[in-house]
Amino acid sequence: MNDLSMAKTAPQARFDVDAVRRDFPILGQQVNGKPLVYLDNGASAQKPLAVLDAMDRYYREMHSNVHRGAHTLGDRATSAFEGAREKVRAFMNAASTREIIWTRGTTEAINLIANGLAQRLKAGDEILVSQMEHHANIVPWQMMAERTGAKVVPVPVTPAGELDLDSFNSLLGDNTKILALTHVSNVLGTINPVAALVEQAKARGVITVIDGAQAVPHFQPDVQALGCDFYMFSAHKLFGPTGIGALYGRAELLEEMPPYQGGGEMIERVSFERTTWNTLPYKFEAGTPAIAEAVGLGAAIDYLDGLDREGMQAAEDALLVRANELVETVPGMEIIGTAKNKVPVMSFKIEGLHPSDIGTLLDQQGIAIRTGHHCAMPLMDFYGVPGTARASFAFYNTMEEVEQLFTALQKVQRLFA
Amino acid sequence: MTASAETFENNPLGKDTTLEDVLDGFEFLDDWEERYAFIIDLGKQLPAFPEDERREENYVHGCQSQVWLIHHHDEATGKLYLLIDSDAIIVRGLAAIILVALNGKTPRDLLATDIDELFEQLDLFRHISPTRGNGLRAMVGKIRDIAAAEAA
Repeated sequence: MNDLSMAKTAPQARFDVDAVRRDFPILGQQVNGKPLVYLDNGASAQKPLAVLDAMDRYYREMHSNVHRGAHTLGDRATSAFEGAREKVRAFMNAASTREIIWTRGTTEAINLIANGLAQRLKAGDEILVSQMEHHANIVPWQMMAERTGAKVVPVPVTPAGELDLDSFNSLLGDNTKILALTHVSNVLGTINPVAALVEQAKARGVITVIDGAQAVPHFQPDVQALGCDFYMFSAHKLFGPTGIGALYGRAELLEEMPPYQGGGEMIERVSFERTTWNTLPYKFEAGTPAIAEAVGLGAAIDYLDGLDREGMQAAEDALLVRANELVETVPGMEIIGTAKNKVPVMSFKIEGLHPSDIGTLLDQQGIAIRTGHHCAMPLMDFYGVPGTARASFAFYNTMEEVEQLFTALQKVQRLFA
Repeated sequence: MTASAETFENNPLGKDTTLEDVLDGFEFLDDWEERYAFIIDLGKQLPAFPEDERREENYVHGCQSQVWLIHHHDEATGKLYLLIDSDAIIVRGLAAIILVALNGKTPRDLLATDIDELFEQLDLFRHISPTRGNGLRAMVGKIRDIAAAEAA
């Protein structure tokens, strides 16, 4: 083997958390006089310099409206924008960029689909969701159910926070028309066995919609391997900018669906007699899109591609293992969500303390977590809690930060004693 | 049981524990641990809240935790008495501070009290997250609404 082929196949530099942290300028700051420990990645992740620079460079050197083509800047902007779409396609392993629609995020993507599928539904039809869904994967379906007479049916979860597969099997029935399921629970961290469930649903002709918002920060989805009809995520949870997300949709279904919003870009020809729609993906992209944000998302994907993904995942898993080991150092602490297969997300409660008490006193110690119902009230009801405290880790978190969290929790407990 | 007039009038907050006590206490606390320990202790003075008053009309919306608020207007003295409860310990403490400043006043005096100035004096908002600040404002807003209605 000569040197050249070695270079081609050589693995990326081994994952090094200290090196990676230097790529995220925000992580170096102090909060309340303490070094910031950012453990609210499930709500929104931080951005590497590569993303900030790409967006800055876009505005400095190439900004113009896209798809207008009358001048050089327009060409530059269009090629950066469509280049980003190609990066998203490759990231999700979709067959074609025609199947990648820009949205404002996961929430808008689900609304777009719910709206687009409404014409397929009639009274008595069922939309199967799970009890661990984010409100964004419940409410748009409820709104559509109200319009059509269809019904939203929840699949229960087990106490460990896994999908109850026996119930799934019995609830997936002749009336089921749509399965809308999260890939990863934002509260529990549970990774659902999406490929198998999609296969079962598809065998019955059920349309499958997978919410990937909490999955993509931890692993790459392969929409062709999953076999789902729709898959969506938000850029800001994938270390990219806010205000943009991507929707994968099977071309055949996207062709069939009516446009979501009317306006510029999404039309082929407009007259007062008859207006015709643009081709995919533009049919669903009315108005000037979030161009710089698309470029930023493309840069985030490039950045992740440059990392040792296997090493990164192993490091994340190690964080969760360590966190689980340390639970016993905080008396009365209980983890909510103990699925076998989970991403590094740790929801918990501490006996006698309200989640907001925990969050406030961790913040005083420089530690950012999320507290509350996490937009998953049905799940809170199931566990009988008003909310949970949630530490959600990203690959840039360190073992020391996990340990600091537990030291800080011990301090919180002493204060309330 | 519903709250009796005695429950309201025996509330130590604003009576035995005065605003001066709280301001004096706060003055000597210089780190966050002491400050929060003080707030938590104040919360322990909140009288027990009657179970059957945990109803929708007594619920204070806009807080991260559950907050309940009831009042009693003593016709003879004209004084307005308040009871607050929350399932979050720090919120109980913040409620206690509000009561120390506003409990047992006539609606007119209550409305004349500048609570924001008090919070500034206590340097509370600097140490309290904006979301919790909203909860504080929601509590104060509801109390002022009650006072305005009783004064009318």
